[in-house]
Parts: sequence; C-alpha cells; structure tokens
Amino acid sequence: MRYEAVIGLEIHVQIDTQTKTFCRCSTAYGDQANSHTCPVCLGLPGALPVLNEEALRRAVIAGVALGCEVSGFSVFARKNYFYPDLPKSYQISQYELPLNVRGAVAIRDEHLHDKRIGITRAHLEEDAGKLMHDEDPRGPSYIDFNRCGVPLLEIVTEPDMRTSEEAYRFLTAVKEIMQYTGVSACSMEKGELRVDVNVSLREHGALELGVKQEIKNMNSFTNVKKAIDYEIIRQTHILRKGGVLSQETRLFDQGKNVTITMRTKEEAHDYRYFPDPDLVPVELDENFIQSMRETIPELPEKKRKRFVAQYGITLYDAETLCASAKLADYFEEAVQGYSQPKKIANWILSEFLKVLNEKNLEADQSPVTPLMLRELFTSMDGGEISGKIAKDVFNTMCSTGKTARSIIDEQGLRQVTDQESIEAVIDEVLSENQTVVLDVKGGKGKAYGFLVGQVMKKTEGRANPRLVNDLLRKRIERG
Amino acid sequence: MKLNEYTLEELRALLRKKEIKTRDIVKDIYAAVVDDSRNAFPLNAYISFDQEKIDLEEQHLQERISNIEETLLSGVPVAIKDIINVKGTFTTCASRILKEYRSPYDATAISFLRNHGGIPAGKLNMDEFAMGSTNESSAFGAVRNPHNREKIPGGSSGGAASAVAGNCAIAALCSDTGGSIRQPASMCGVFGIKPTYGRVSRYGLVAYASSFDQIGPITKTVKDAAILLQAVSGIDERDSTSARVEVPRFEESVGKSIRGMHVGVPEEYFGQGLDDEVRAQVEKGIKVLEDGGAHVKKISLAHTKYAIASYYLIATAEASSNLARFDGIRYGTRFIKTDDINELYRENRSLGFGDEVKRRILLGTFALSSGYYDAYYLKAQKARTLIRKEFEDAFAEVELIVSPVAPSAAWDIGEMVDDPLRMYLSDVYTAPINLAGLPAASVHCGKTQEGMPVGIQLIAHHFHEDTIFRAARVVEGAAS
Repeated sequence: MRYEAVIGLEIHVQIDTQTKTFCRCSTAYGDQANSHTCPVCLGLPGALPVLNEEALRRAVIAGVALGCEVSGFSVFARKNYFYPDLPKSYQISQYELPLNVRGAVAIRDEHLHDKRIGITRAHLEEDAGKLMHDEDPRGPSYIDFNRCGVPLLEIVTEPDMRTSEEAYRFLTAVKEIMQYTGVSACSMEKGELRVDVNVSLREHGALELGVKQEIKNMNSFTNVKKAIDYEIIRQTHILRKGGVLSQETRLFDQGKNVTITMRTKEEAHDYRYFPDPDLVPVELDENFIQSMRETIPELPEKKRKRFVAQYGITLYDAETLCASAKLADYFEEAVQGYSQPKKIANWILSEFLKVLNEKNLEADQSPVTPLMLRELFTSMDGGEISGKIAKDVFNTMCSTGKTARSIIDEQGLRQVTDQESIEAVIDEVLSENQTVVLDVKGGKGKAYGFLVGQVMKKTEGRANPRLVNDLLRKRIERG
Repeated sequence: MKLNEYTLEELRALLRKKEIKTRDIVKDIYAAVVDDSRNAFPLNAYISFDQEKIDLEEQHLQERISNIEETLLSGVPVAIKDIINVKGTFTTCASRILKEYRSPYDATAISFLRNHGGIPAGKLNMDEFAMGSTNESSAFGAVRNPHNREKIPGGSSGGAASAVAGNCAIAALCSDTGGSIRQPASMCGVFGIKPTYGRVSRYGLVAYASSFDQIGPITKTVKDAAILLQAVSGIDERDSTSARVEVPRFEESVGKSIRGMHVGVPEEYFGQGLDDEVRAQVEKGIKVLEDGGAHVKKISLAHTKYAIASYYLIATAEASSNLARFDGIRYGTRFIKTDDINELYRENRSLGFGDEVKRRILLGTFALSSGYYDAYYLKAQKARTLIRKEFEDAFAEVELIVSPVAPSAAWDIGEMVDDPLRMYLSDVYTAPINLAGLPAASVHCGKTQEGMPVGIQLIAHHFHEDTIFRAARVVEGAAS
C-alpha cells in the first residue's frame, strides 16, 4: 500500500523590536543572564502587561506579507501551563481571535510547479525564558529571563505540504518574507526561527487525515527535513505492519537523526485558554492596516519573476539573487544603465558571493559598492583590462575598497594595445624559442598556446590577448 | 485626644499648620497597635508595622517634596492592605507562600500616594489573597471586629476596616473584587468606596480576579475617602485597563446637596435572605436621602439572581491563572528540596496556600477546562454582559442606586468556616457591582440591637463617584 504524507507547520519567528512585547526591557541577545528583566517579565506579584505597539505593527506587516487578512478585532489569551521558564505560569498568546488569518505563501514544488501553502493564522505572543542545566545531572538548574517576553509571531499553516522538500521550500520562503519586510532577521543561531512539524500518513488518494505526530522545536531547516523523512519511514513501517498510531508529541534527536517520544496524548496539556483580562482587545481600523500594507516592499516571489523578465536571467539565478533583499537591491543598483545585466548577475553569483561568504558580510556591507562593480565592467568592456586582470582588480577592490580605475592606474594594469611594443615582445619571444616555433609550424597547436603565454608573461598580462593572438599568428605565417 | 483618633482631614489641617509632624501621628498609631496587642482579644489588624521604617519613609519624602504640607495629603500616614506592593516592605497577601516576600517596587497607587504627600504606614491583615468575606482565611490569624471582638470584621479587607474603626489607622488603601472594601466597611461602621473599574491603576496590586479588582479607600469619614481617592486615582501607562479619564476634585462633592437626585431602589436587593434588622436600617438610610430632597423610586434588576454564580465562576477562573505564578521557584516560600519538578510544584502549592484559596483555584481551573469552558466560563461571561446592560439601562433613569451591603451584620468568628457556600452568598449585593465595573460605597447608616454596625450601599454610574460622595455625606450626617 502506498502512503501519502500530510504535513503542516507551526513556525515561531522572533519579531525584531528594541523592547519586549509587554514591558520596556531590552531584547538584546547574548548579554549577561537576567540583565534585561523587570517586574513584568519576571512575573512578579502585581505586575501588568502593556502591549508594545512596535511589536503589533510588525506583526501586522508580517500578516499582510503572508497574504493574511488582518483582523480589526483580536484578543490576547492566556495559555496556562507550569514550567520554570514561564514566570507567570501562563504565556500571553492569542487563541480564538488571532491577529492575522487565512493567508497563503507560494512555493515551487519538486516538479517546478507553483504551489500555494495556506496559512491558517499568524498571531502575536511572548517568548519564555531559557533553562540551563548543570552538567552534573544532580546539580542545579538556572533560568535566564532575558528572552522572556520577547515578541514572537506564531505562524500556523494548513496541512498543505506533502514532502519534506516542500516543507523546506516553504520555510525558506517564509524566512525570506520575514527578512524582506524587516519583521525578523531570522537568525537561526540565535533561535529567532523555530519550527514544530505535524506529520501524518494516509493511503494515497484518501481524503481523511491520519493520526498526526507533532515534532517540536527545531531550529534548522535541514533538521526539519530529516525529521519529516524519518517520521514518514517510521509511520510507514508501523502502518504496513497493521499497527495503529496514537497522537504524540515528539522530539528530534539530531545526533541520531531520529524522533523520540516527548509525551503521549494522555499526557497532553489542557492549556485552559481564556481572554487575558489584563489586556484590552486590539482594535485596528482599515486606515492603519492600509498604511502598514503600504510599507511592504516588493516580496521575493514577485521580484524573482520580474528579474527573469526584466534582466533576462534564469529563474534559478533570480532565486539566488532574491534570497536576500540586500543582494537583490545590490544587483539592481549595479546593473542600472548597464546593457548586459546577465554578465553582472553571473559575476555577483560567483565572485561577489564568494567574497561575501568568506568575509561573512551582507551585500550592503561590501567594500565594493554597486557603482564600483559597474565601473569594473565598463573598464572590461572598453578593453582597458582583460577578464583575467578584472578578477585580480576585483579582489584588490574588496581588500582595499579602492575603485577599479585607481587600482588599474596605480598598478599600471592598463592593457597594452600598442601594436609596435607588442611586436617587439613577440620578436623577443620567437628568438628565444626557436624550437617551439618549429613545432608550431609542424602543426602542434599546444606549442602555439605556449608562445602566447610567453608574450603575456613578458607583458605581465597587460597585453590585449586578442591583439597578441593576431600579431603572433601573422608573424609566424610570415616566417 | 490621641492623634490616632483624628480623621485624615483633621490631621491634614494640623500638619498644614505645622502644629504636629507625621512622626507624632505614627507614634500614636503605633502605641495604639501595641496597646491593642496586649488585649486578650487583639484586633490583629496588621501583618507588619515597622515604626522606624515609616519614619524613614517620611524623611525620604520630605527630601523629595519640599513643602509637603501643601500637598493633598500633607504627610498623613495611610495603612496599606497587604496585597498592594510597597517597595521594601513585606507583601504577603496574608499567605504562607509569600510570608517572606519583599516588594522590589511600588504599586502605581503607592507612587501616586507618595506624590501627594501620603506616607505608606503598615501592612494590613486580610483574607488570604483577598479570598474571603470574614478575614478568617489569613495565614496570620483572624481579625476581630472592634465593635464586638467575638465577631468578624468582614473581609477581605478586614484588617483595614478593623484598624480604621479601632483607631489603629487613620485611613487605609484596600482592594475590592466582590465586596472586599464595602462589606467590612459596613460591618465595622466605617466608610469604604470601590471606585469605577479603571479609576485607580491596578499596577502593583496583586491580582485576585483582574477584571474585577479595584483599589479604594476605607476611612473614618466620607470626606477622608474623597481626599484619599483623589490622591491615588488617575491614568497609568503601566495598566492597560486604566481609564483614560480626568480625575475630578472629589473633595468638592462632599457636602453638595442631593436635592432632585433620582435614586433607584432595586426590589431584587430586598428579597428573601435579607436580615430584618439590616433591612430596617437600610430603609432608614433611604428615608434620609428622601428627606435630603432625593426622588426615590423602585426599580428592577432582574438579572441579579445570576450574579453570584457568574461572579464565582469568572473570578475563580481568573484567580486560577493569576495565582499560578506562585510556585516557590523564583520567589516566595519553598517548602521542600527535591529534584522532581512536579513534586516541587505540588508541595509548594499544597503547603503554601490555605483551604479557601485552594478551593477557588480548583473551582476556576474546572471552569476553564476543555469541555466545561462553554458551559461555565463562557455562559458566566454572557450573564455578566446582561447584568452590565441592565445597570446601564437603570442609570438612564436614575443617578444613584441604593441597596444593603450585606444580608446581615457581622457574625461570630468561626460561624461560617465550614460553610463556604453560605459565605459566598453573602456577597449577593456587592458582587454584581464588580461584574458591571461600577463605583459603589458603603456608608454607615445605623446599628442592630446587638450594637453591630450596618451600612447602606450607594451605587453610581461609571465614573460618577462624585454622586456617591454627595449622597454618602448626607447619610453620614444623619447617622452621627
């Protein structure tokens, strides 16, 4: 029997704000434990939450960018459960009336078909603190509340994905949207994007959903993929043997690449959600929602398609360029008024990205500005330097921040296009390599290349290669 | 006469004339508290009273405010129910679980109090986490009624009402969730007002039921309450439910005529269960208003019968969540040492909370549980909406509604400890007001034959505390 996997995701994205969701503590990452805390985020008796409007604004922007309807009326609810990293013993979240509902994000599936993944809801909530356990299992545990109260957007999808690859692509798309809109940097190392996965299997063609297994709290897309693949195999084995699955919450063990039971349905929490009486409902008018809509830049999906049409590059290249808004902007600025954007695209995708990766920089932090890159290309097109020299010049630009022109001038790299001086060098090379000349005449093509190389070497690569080629050929033919 | 026997208004005048200093008042209060503690049946109104610290607080305030005499409160000491955070003091909520807990910050009401020249002076006994109507659920022992020390003072602000009535405090700042200011004020023969929900910031008031809780004063006179309420009212950015409304000069309402005021008497508040003596005293109070020129008429509030059930479902639901933070992990008492997290939660909370608190947490947890939420919590919210609407309609016709505060005068200590349901029912006239978020006061209007005080409840429309102050002064004048 063949089974089909049905996959839905719950994604927690940290919303970039200066201060926490319900108090004025800083959201700075990596500072001394508990240095960003106050009575509110520590849940001290009597403290009350007040909503950070910037967090709300960004959550609305995220909602619009995810194609959601933004609710004019939404309500914060308390999710009640006991855990030491949760100082109030409830998390302020949204339940019955979330901020954003009914959205969709487009991806390309493995057959390169467009596919829309439905978003059920995207709501605003607060993060919990962080537990740290002593290496000695009998030793103490510590709690850092710096992260406690940091704003999160919880994005819940429809069970629209069928393969781990689709899930991977969807996550990539969401991450790009969050980065484009400035809602979140989605730094995976800082845990700014965490994923819960729901996977169930059903017979191919069946309409009813199978019993779902939830895998919690993964902070790498690769792990999400591995966890889904593992679950599909595990569940297939059970079902093939005639076994029955019961609803479970599981964890991914990234050392062993397996999922393990965290709790069964019997142990599931009853969160006793109810509207938080400490907060008033969020009421947004259409003007506000519209003004947020207007702040949204062109999103990756649209940009990719435009790049293909406008610049004649491949969809694959457009995807790489548009993976980061900064890189896409860099590209567009560099090709402005330039007639061969594809050439610059190729350069960015090879040479430029290599340097960015090496130096761990964003496109806008590069010492080579888009204008400087375009100048390098005009120098190449005008025959001032060869493509080979251009690579060296570019590397020097990257390390010094100087323009192509000044590097060419300083290092005397301008191509030698003066016929007489090249001919003089050719004569010198021929007289020094008479046996090779004989080989050439005997029909050895390789030997000819050697002579060209010698001329280039003597001119320190500055001779125009085409000119060298022409002159050398004529000279040898003349005998 | 000792200074602890004066009213706030009188002491303010003396302070303004520089005839006395705050520390003179504090000294006399302290002497009275110490003296009372030697009584075979002490009032037990305070959980903590640190004279040295209060003097120091005064000194600090003198340094911060140059002419403290010119402020609204001029340096009068005000006792604080032990559920309101005062920086540096113990805030125990009369619970074992917070027995050693010291507040690291001031409640907004306390900041406002200080800004107006008030000195927080002593933390008052109460029912544990303000859950109770008798002040018997305190982990620090029951409070006695100064009018008869074998009787309860009412609750949950029993310590406040007892201290003010027994001249162990000039005035007190308390909280009212379902009657916790008005009922003890009535039983101890003092004045107490629960302002409109949102009038006083709740920031720093330890939450029992967030959508009901309000801070308000218990005082010797109506005028004192007007002064104190004005000091602590106002907009607070730290409380999302704080009302964005101006604070009127309440003091100026006290003494204004009530001629032509339309007063409603809801028949549902005078039905079965109301003690005859209480009824007689309240009717006497209504007569006083009529004599003062008010137009009194009967009205109906038919949904009153749903109030107690709704109140005890919503309030306990909120409480079950509000009190979840008391786990002994980050602060408060930790009763055991264990490496099992569930055992730690279980033991801390089992040993930390008293019976009444546990009962309400269990009730509220049940009301919110999946499968029961719609039938209990949601239905109670619907009833709440109806009750609120009914009051709205009534206030289209009248400016003031009057009723008893409690079905009976103070009863004997121990009488109801094994009958929580009967105790809950005694909130029948006060809890509906909190459901609707209205302002209401208890003003003393007479005594039973046994000599126990009886108050009359005056209820006004949202943010019309001034109406209450006007009427309350008239009743007060007739009773004295």
